[in-house]
Amino acid sequence: MTDMSRTGVMRAGLGGGLTRGMAGTVHHVMPILAVLGVIVALWYAASVGMNRAWTLDQAERAGEELSAGEVIADAMNQERPVLPTPHQVFAELWETTAGEPVMRERRGELRGNPRSLFFHAYQTLAPTLLGFLFGTTLGILLAIGIVHNRAMDMSVMPWAIASQTIPILAIAPMVIVVLNSIGIEGLLPKSLISAYLSFFPVVVGMVKGLRSPGAMDMDLLKTYSAGTLATLLKLRLPASVPYLFTSLKVAIAAALVGAIVAELPTGARFGLGARLLTGSYYGQTIQIWSALFMAAICAAALVALIGLAERVTLKRMGLAR
Amino acid sequence: MTAFWRSPWLGPSVALLVVLAGFAADQGLGLILAVWLAAWGINIWLSNSGRTIGGFAVPILFGATLLVLWELAVRLYEVSPVILPAPSAIWARLITSTDTLWADFVQTIVKGAMSGYVTGCAAAFAVALAVDRSPFLQRGLLPVGNFIAALPIVGTAPILVMWYGFGWQSKAAVVVVMVFFPMLVNTVQGLKASEVMQRDLMRTYAASYWQTLFKLRLPAALPFIFNGLKICTTLALIGAIVAEFFGSPTVGMGFRIKIEVGRLAMDMVWSSIVVAALAGTGLYGLMALLERKLTFWHPSQR
Repeated sequence: MTDMSRTGVMRAGLGGGLTRGMAGTVHHVMPILAVLGVIVALWYAASVGMNRAWTLDQAERAGEELSAGEVIADAMNQERPVLPTPHQVFAELWETTAGEPVMRERRGELRGNPRSLFFHAYQTLAPTLLGFLFGTTLGILLAIGIVHNRAMDMSVMPWAIASQTIPILAIAPMVIVVLNSIGIEGLLPKSLISAYLSFFPVVVGMVKGLRSPGAMDMDLLKTYSAGTLATLLKLRLPASVPYLFTSLKVAIAAALVGAIVAELPTGARFGLGARLLTGSYYGQTIQIWSALFMAAICAAALVALIGLAERVTLKRMGLAR
Repeated sequence: MTAFWRSPWLGPSVALLVVLAGFAADQGLGLILAVWLAAWGINIWLSNSGRTIGGFAVPILFGATLLVLWELAVRLYEVSPVILPAPSAIWARLITSTDTLWADFVQTIVKGAMSGYVTGCAAAFAVALAVDRSPFLQRGLLPVGNFIAALPIVGTAPILVMWYGFGWQSKAAVVVVMVFFPMLVNTVQGLKASEVMQRDLMRTYAASYWQTLFKLRLPAALPFIFNGLKICTTLALIGAIVAEFFGSPTVGMGFRIKIEVGRLAMDMVWSSIVVAALAGTGLYGLMALLERKLTFWHPSQR
């Protein structure tokens, strides 16, 4: 049900205001801006509060007296702050995306530039998307099997639901290391974790969707003497599309989390998770926060893309609400 | 041809052919296929027989079959225990190292996950009650909360570990951040679940805000609140375990998994995963049980 309201966010944020006119825009956007403003203000206050101690400590060692204004200015612009301020994070984001080329010439070859955040984002997004594709395809196939086979439904579904209550991410390190030890490296292990995480939301959503046609519709197809395949293609699959998109949004967010966590245990050198890990090893807080924001931007963009595809598809199918 | 296609002998004869082909290729493969198809056949018979026992027996038989096949595959093909230990080896390890696993369980689940879960859910509930009184805050906070709930919040783990140290406190903090927004969104939605007619009735009784809250709106919100609580059980465990990958004392389930993976002691890793799975299912089951006791009136529970 969070997903229903999540599409609501997209609508209010992206297109809804335009159609509803200026009054609607103000009505919807103003509260959001107010909340965001409060968050930024609290963030600045917190970073001054948390970084102040170091500033005062440094000044005392140097034997200087700082005025309140100087303390605040210094606390907001430290090199390794406890909590970096928003402008520091965005400056770092800007420098590592716009300020660095994505590819760089090294030893006569064109390689990814490890100082570019786009390069790291790509290293995480590639397995995310590959795993998402695997997981979604498998999930849809399994759901079709479950809907058509009673034995499969009764044996697989309880386990699929129970597996949702298990902290699956705990398995990630083992999968990565085992696959590495038998010689599978690079994109595939990470995308396997992503696939595993995006698989279950799709199964559960699609089973619901494929079963959503009412008795009237099913009876109609029976009077046409439509077979199982025709019923699947002409009724069940089209009816399941709204459910599919809802679960795809959950699935792609989970796939991204999977790819990020998959980078943690093996000490991967590239990727957003690797950025988080090296940042935490060397106390580079600004780097951690910029990687975190990049991950957030990626997640938002992926979910928004699926939301867009959903709107276009449902509109063309005449299912738009 | 069509007669054969519909005959009840089709399934078994195809199965027999597959098993024979398997034996021809490799004895182990044949045995694995035979076990699998036999169990599957029993499952088909059970689920089509319409007996009430099928609802329990079929999934249990399916799970047991998977375990047997796993054991068979590992033994017949002599898979290295570094890659995949047999279920029997995992079980042997599990019962011999209960002390370690119990200490990890207490550190990660009881101290880290549970304290964070309770704090985070309680805080979200309190904020939801506050937000509920102001439509302006609702319109502002809900989209932002929904947005944040979709983000990879696990990423805040290194920051919180840096702030609160390697102990269980930092894990609890990660769990608080992870469960807060899903719980907030669900509770706010739940508080809107009562109908206008019902609220009007309360008004005609001259019920105060708090009376309306406790007698009508909170009970009506319970299905939503429990939905949030159930989602958050898994999130809490994930948060507590993943946060330990970024630094922990020498005890804890995330620590154990990370260290034993490095030492290639996969049976210990699997034992930890079994404990995590049991903890996750147990917590979820507890919430589902509470939900059944408290929302017995809701259509989904009848």
